[in-house]
Amino acid sequence: MTPLLQVQDIAKFYGNHIGCEAVSFDLFPGEVMGIVGESGSGKSTLLSCLAGHLDPDKGAVLFDTRADGLKDTVKMSEPERRMLGRTDWAFVHQHARDGLRMNISAGGNVGERLMAVGERHYGDIRAKAVDWLGRVEISENRIDDRPTTFSGGMQQRLQIARNLVTGPRLVFMDEPTGGLDVSVQARLLDLLRNLVREMGLSAIIVTHDLAVVRLLADRLMVMKDGHVVETGLTDQVLDDPQHAYTQLLVSSVLQV
Amino acid sequence: MIRVENVSKSFTLHNQGAAVIPVMRGASLSVAAGECVALTGASGAGKSTLMRMIYGNYLVDEGEIHIGGTDVATAQPREILQLRHDTLGYVSQFLRVVPRVPALEIVAGPLLAVGTPHDQAIERARHLLQRLNIPERLWSLSPTTFSGGEQQRVNIARGFAHIYPAMLLDEPTASLDVKNRETVLQLIEEAKSRGAAIIGIFHDEAARQRVCEREIDVTKFTSGLN
Repeated sequence: MTPLLQVQDIAKFYGNHIGCEAVSFDLFPGEVMGIVGESGSGKSTLLSCLAGHLDPDKGAVLFDTRADGLKDTVKMSEPERRMLGRTDWAFVHQHARDGLRMNISAGGNVGERLMAVGERHYGDIRAKAVDWLGRVEISENRIDDRPTTFSGGMQQRLQIARNLVTGPRLVFMDEPTGGLDVSVQARLLDLLRNLVREMGLSAIIVTHDLAVVRLLADRLMVMKDGHVVETGLTDQVLDDPQHAYTQLLVSSVLQV
Repeated sequence: MIRVENVSKSFTLHNQGAAVIPVMRGASLSVAAGECVALTGASGAGKSTLMRMIYGNYLVDEGEIHIGGTDVATAQPREILQLRHDTLGYVSQFLRVVPRVPALEIVAGPLLAVGTPHDQAIERARHLLQRLNIPERLWSLSPTTFSGGEQQRVNIARGFAHIYPAMLLDEPTASLDVKNRETVLQLIEEAKSRGAAIIGIFHDEAARQRVCEREIDVTKFTSGLN
């Protein structure tokens, strides 16, 4: 099996400060990888570099495109990368308002992404929007409401619907459950897990919540000060951590 | 089916003065298809540690652990995941699930993971929950609110849903009543007769006598280390 994504020696510097450095890994189709670390560990910088939101200073991000096979997305032209961002890639932001258009309707938010890939038939677009709102448990009678009238959890679910409607193969998620109530988090986690399984998605999830990665991620990468200090199977890293920092992280979780 | 060779393990506690605690040395055993082997030894002797290494949950310092065609000690994470999907089952002592997911879906989960059609997977899950005496009115509820015994039975049902060629059982009969204990022992016997290689930890002496061909005292792998 060829990896869907090959990350090779990625580095990003902010002046003298290291954003992230020497990060390499392969992600295979259907795999979910978690990236954990405390604030400032470089996990969000890394995610931005991988998703093409930031230009890395070094390294390559090879993606197995449908048309041309492996291509380095760092060297890709901007239009090509934008196309990828609308079709095979999806990005779920921590704050739903960064990933939504707040002044158009929920249905419009989902439909816009479909139109970006060439759908033009209003009836089809609306039917797909209804279907996806249903999948993320937003009732059909809210389709014409703006996301500003939605709760935080609903906004986050709408963002997920907007992202997944075009059937991407790789989803980047930045703290997808951050800032939500635990009960809303549980619902979102359940939803994400089912979507990942049903659609055979690969995903990279950045979070500081170890419980989230235990439930969602197959593999785990632990970052500190811009460097990867440990990687492995999620349950192995959490239950038998090898690096001093991972041991500290795991032992710091409050038990409920 | 399962072959453990010369496995050693120690824990290094970096945040407690970098203390190195050797927990196992030279552990070797093998289990053939259709055979059930019990790990014995006092509490803390290392039974669960050995089992967790076989499952790939703990890393191995030295040695090899062969299951099917995979060496768990050196396999890549995705090879271990594949092994856990289709070959190696594990019934732990505790149920760990996503809140909100109904018991029926949890039990069917391992079958769905290997691509069994949804209705067949649910049918098998219903059958197992019935055999383990989980009342039908609970099937559509999340087990997070179930009693301890009910949670354990859901866990067992999930562990036996897919027919694994190799299984690890950590105290599968602990705290079960007579009737459910009998069902679990029957499930183990059925798995054996289908050719599963099983490693189990049983504090229940009578259960061990009934389903296990052999016993391996892990104390011989761990004594003199601490």
